[in-house]
Amino acid sequence: MSGSKRKFTRRSALKTGAAAGAALAAPMIFIRSAQAAYCNAPKGSTVTLGFNVPQTGAYADEGADELRAYKLAVKHLNGGGDGGMLNTFKPSVLKGNGILGKKVAFVTGDTQTKSDAARASAKRMIEKDGAVMITGGSSSGVAIATQGLCQEAGVIFMAGLTHSNDTTGKDKRRNGFRHFFNAYMSGAALGPVLEKEYGKQRRAYHLTADYTWGWTQEESMKNTTEALGWKTSKTVKTPVGAGDFSQYITPVLNSGADVLILNHYGKDMINSLTQAVQFGLRDKQVNGKNFEIVVPLFSRLMAQGAGEAIKGILGSTNWNWSLQDEASKAFVKSFGAEYGAPPSMAAHTCYVQALLYANACEMAGTFSPAQVVKSLEGFKFDGMGNGPTEYRASDHQCFKDVLVVRGNQNPTSQFDLLEVVEVTPRSQVEYDPSIFGGNLGPVNAKSC
Amino acid sequence: MDAIVLQILNGLDKGGAYALIALGLTLTFGTLGVVNFAHGALFMLGAFCAVSFNKLISLEQVILDATQKTAWGTALEVRTPYVEVWLGDVGTALLNYSVPLSILFTIPVMLIFGVIMERGLIKHFYNRPHADQILVTFGLAIVLQEIIKHYFGANPIPQVAPDIVAGSANIGLWIGLGDSVVYPWWRLVYFAFSAIVIFGVFAFLQFTTFGMVVRAGMRDREMVSLLGINIERRFTIIFGLAAIVAGMAGAMYTPILPPDYHMGMDFLVLSFVVVVVGGMGSLGGAVAAGFLLGVLQSFASMNEIKSIIPGIDQIIIYLVAVVILLTLPRGLMGRKGVMED
Amino acid sequence: MFGTSSRADWLLLIAFSAFVLAAPVILKPFGAAYPDLLQKFAIYGIFAIGFNILFGLTGYLSFGHAAFLGVGSYASVWMFKLFTMNVIPAVLFSIVIAGLFALMIGFVSLRRSGIYFSILTLAFAQMSYNLAYSVLTPITNGETGLQVRQLVPADRAADYVFVLRDEDLRWVDQALGVVEEGIPITNLFGMKMSGYPGFYFCAVLLIICFFIAMRISRSNFGMVLKAIKSNQNRLSYTGVNTRPYLLTAFVISGMYAGLAGALLAVTDPLAGAERMQWTASGEVVLMTILGGAGTLLGPVLGAGIIKYFENIFSSINDTVLENVFSFLPTTLQDMSVAVTGMFVGEGWHLTLGLMFMIIVIFLPGGLMQGLTHLLGSFKRKFSNTAASTDSPG
Repeated sequence: MSGSKRKFTRRSALKTGAAAGAALAAPMIFIRSAQAAYCNAPKGSTVTLGFNVPQTGAYADEGADELRAYKLAVKHLNGGGDGGMLNTFKPSVLKGNGILGKKVAFVTGDTQTKSDAARASAKRMIEKDGAVMITGGSSSGVAIATQGLCQEAGVIFMAGLTHSNDTTGKDKRRNGFRHFFNAYMSGAALGPVLEKEYGKQRRAYHLTADYTWGWTQEESMKNTTEALGWKTSKTVKTPVGAGDFSQYITPVLNSGADVLILNHYGKDMINSLTQAVQFGLRDKQVNGKNFEIVVPLFSRLMAQGAGEAIKGILGSTNWNWSLQDEASKAFVKSFGAEYGAPPSMAAHTCYVQALLYANACEMAGTFSPAQVVKSLEGFKFDGMGNGPTEYRASDHQCFKDVLVVRGNQNPTSQFDLLEVVEVTPRSQVEYDPSIFGGNLGPVNAKSC
Repeated sequence: MDAIVLQILNGLDKGGAYALIALGLTLTFGTLGVVNFAHGALFMLGAFCAVSFNKLISLEQVILDATQKTAWGTALEVRTPYVEVWLGDVGTALLNYSVPLSILFTIPVMLIFGVIMERGLIKHFYNRPHADQILVTFGLAIVLQEIIKHYFGANPIPQVAPDIVAGSANIGLWIGLGDSVVYPWWRLVYFAFSAIVIFGVFAFLQFTTFGMVVRAGMRDREMVSLLGINIERRFTIIFGLAAIVAGMAGAMYTPILPPDYHMGMDFLVLSFVVVVVGGMGSLGGAVAAGFLLGVLQSFASMNEIKSIIPGIDQIIIYLVAVVILLTLPRGLMGRKGVMED
Repeated sequence: MFGTSSRADWLLLIAFSAFVLAAPVILKPFGAAYPDLLQKFAIYGIFAIGFNILFGLTGYLSFGHAAFLGVGSYASVWMFKLFTMNVIPAVLFSIVIAGLFALMIGFVSLRRSGIYFSILTLAFAQMSYNLAYSVLTPITNGETGLQVRQLVPADRAADYVFVLRDEDLRWVDQALGVVEEGIPITNLFGMKMSGYPGFYFCAVLLIICFFIAMRISRSNFGMVLKAIKSNQNRLSYTGVNTRPYLLTAFVISGMYAGLAGALLAVTDPLAGAERMQWTASGEVVLMTILGGAGTLLGPVLGAGIIKYFENIFSSINDTVLENVFSFLPTTLQDMSVAVTGMFVGEGWHLTLGLMFMIIVIFLPGGLMQGLTHLLGSFKRKFSNTAASTDSPG
């Protein structure tokens, strides 16, 4: 008897639940399309942003640092903490009361540094959590995949760390924006420094990660160095994640080249650089000159992994915490006080992107992508750690000074790994947007 | 000629690493009949034994220097390793030799870990289907690497070889090829080390009673247990041995490949390919396959070959595996009936 | 080829269909009722059902099934780029291409058995992945993945001065006079295939696939496959040539994978090489074993659980946890957040690994076996009590 009674209650509870669910599910669709003119228009007193970063896989540490930066940005936007770069950013209409008076909330997800996982995660944020903007990522494949998705869905995408020319070239989209620099700029910024340090008579040997980013990086470096008068001895593609690069390094030894350019990033960079140094390349004399190694894209987190091998190596970076302008100092102080370590360049670009988005919404007076895109296009600003910067309207790429850095010979702390050699002015790294092709297309501000 | 000599060296070096990993894997396959997807994780744990040992002996005395400030306003920390504070120059030398010394630390740790793993988990899976073994060991591998990630982070942690072997050896002069053939000392050390370990394992199995029983067990497990030999305890020791070999291979590899929590997974697939190409249940086959694949991989990466067949270095290992398995049904030296059902 | 189905099978099919179609309502309390995850449940369900036809019935463990998934995706996206955004041709083409690919790989790999077979399939899949990521970039668009793009401008279309992976043709759509603004989305005769319509499209195919798998399992063909698993030698001695049966099973399961790949492209027109990596092959193996190899429902259940972890557990961050534990005093709240934080968000892999271990240790044979045991013991208990009350005592 008691058994049958229990059964009855359970079943009826299930029934009620199902009915309530159906009742909730059906009208939701209608309410959304009726009220909102654009996707995920914030209702109530909060606005939700989606932070999509790698939390597992090779770039998990970078992703963790990006997430720290985003959380700090949210804190500052909502009026908490010391305000960080909110105080130096100009022209800014941010008031420290959220965005358009709405408190900033956020959701997070794991890209796993895989396009599929990144898109699934971004879709969850858009479809389930109601995110009105997606930001983050630490590889170009992921950034381009997510950018395409955001365009289709009708939300804004603020790219995190992505260095390929394609992100704002061939694969640019109206709803996507990139603050980070790219492979072309790395090449252009390194050129003059390479000439000054190593002269005009050099033979370069390229080892290149065999995928899209590697190729564009190699092409940019080749163009720059050949313009200086250098010869390109050979370009060799290496499989991604090769681990042991010895079989690619030994041919360099007797190739007659006197510069090795490593178009690698992440673990590939750490391994190939460590091993190249082990093979004694840096102690070598070729053609009466010291053999040199160049790593076009540097990051401090990656430099940590390479340890001693990084000392004295030239490369370029988007930003470094040792910069002494007011904005950088304010950001480092704020970040360091919160987390006990200085921010990486990935953290910096993510923090800036969050602030830029918030400011664009304030300027537009709405979260609607159509207006936000308009206020970001051609937006000129300063006080974000990179000097005067412009979001170019024609390709949604930020143009600013680029840092050429060198692995620090005598670091004063475990974070002090890179020293800034030169700040290459913006005018030297600018290019005509048409050289990379692509088409921004129309803005997508449809309801979803 | 120089290029070929160098590529052979590269191949032997790589092959040494492959062979060491495959050796332990094939031991557990052949004797215990267990598909161990956590074997890569054991390699990774060995590497992190070296990292922990280094961290342990370089524990730092932290003095807050109030006269200097960090960029975010706290006092700058001045760090000096305790061993240097206590032992002076001897301490510095100790730090310098941390990777080879860490072997002494790795062996007991891996032995204990291997025994616990076998007694606590693997033992219960001897009579379970391979599918269950795969799932449980894969789960264990994920758990192990997540624990390492939690304590050490996801970034690779660089380890340095001792200064005395930091440079390159001028091999060309030894064999009369001029001074253009140089090779890093540490890689030569690694090759010698792998050769010693491989010979050690073979000698152990060949010349001891224990080894004889194990070899008999690899041929016919049922028969051996029918003879009243306690095969169980030997299984435990064998598993411990496999863990030690994988661990040492990982620890010594750290100066070549800065270790991170994911390195085990990167080597997992490769080690399975090596073992199967060598032939199931054959130790000699695993070693031979390791060196063969290492050398072929090196040659396939040469520009001369890549210009004829583009992308060959991307697939060479798998291509060789396919060709060998199609021409020799049980790999190089596999025995009939092992893992064929 | 198809055997007869019993009444129990029909009931199972009806219950399964009802559950799948009502999933948007049923899964709401679990936070999983949004189109993308529902689509993924259905798609990976199809993938796992197909894998199970090979592994569950014959015991042949393929470690390279992701290759067929990837090939299916590429085939679909190329159909979108060249012909039409309608999904029907893409799906059919993908199944055919994946089937042919499976025929080639299966023909070679099935010359060996046991782990040698596994490594052969793994080798073929890894070669496909490595090549797709690098030298085959003109076809696959490498790291970035193959995407649907805007049309080639009319003034250049005649000159063929374009790279096809960057600009599209869509001959059929163009011939029919379809106007495109920006990048078009996939459709089924005008009905867009993203969001819930996309899910229902996948759901219907999942039900059909489930039905086919059930019929195969009950047919004579299925009996031969099961016989291969239990004792291949005996079967050969009785004069049955097992190779054709195995190859058929391999191709069918490859076609299932191709369909799953096509559906990934249908709901989200992008095809990346990483879909073919060994980790993707490993994932479907884990799904099947986790749910219960050889069972009908198990693979779908396993696929659902792994995808749920990947998408929902990974999204739980400290802020969410703080809200969950907000009823506790501050110190307790912080402790609870710190402890649970290790298992969610960036620690979701840890939970997944632990779950694999716990399930396989305590439920040999996967979740379905566990459920069957559970139901069995309930039944026994029930019948025991019934028996005891009935007995005069």
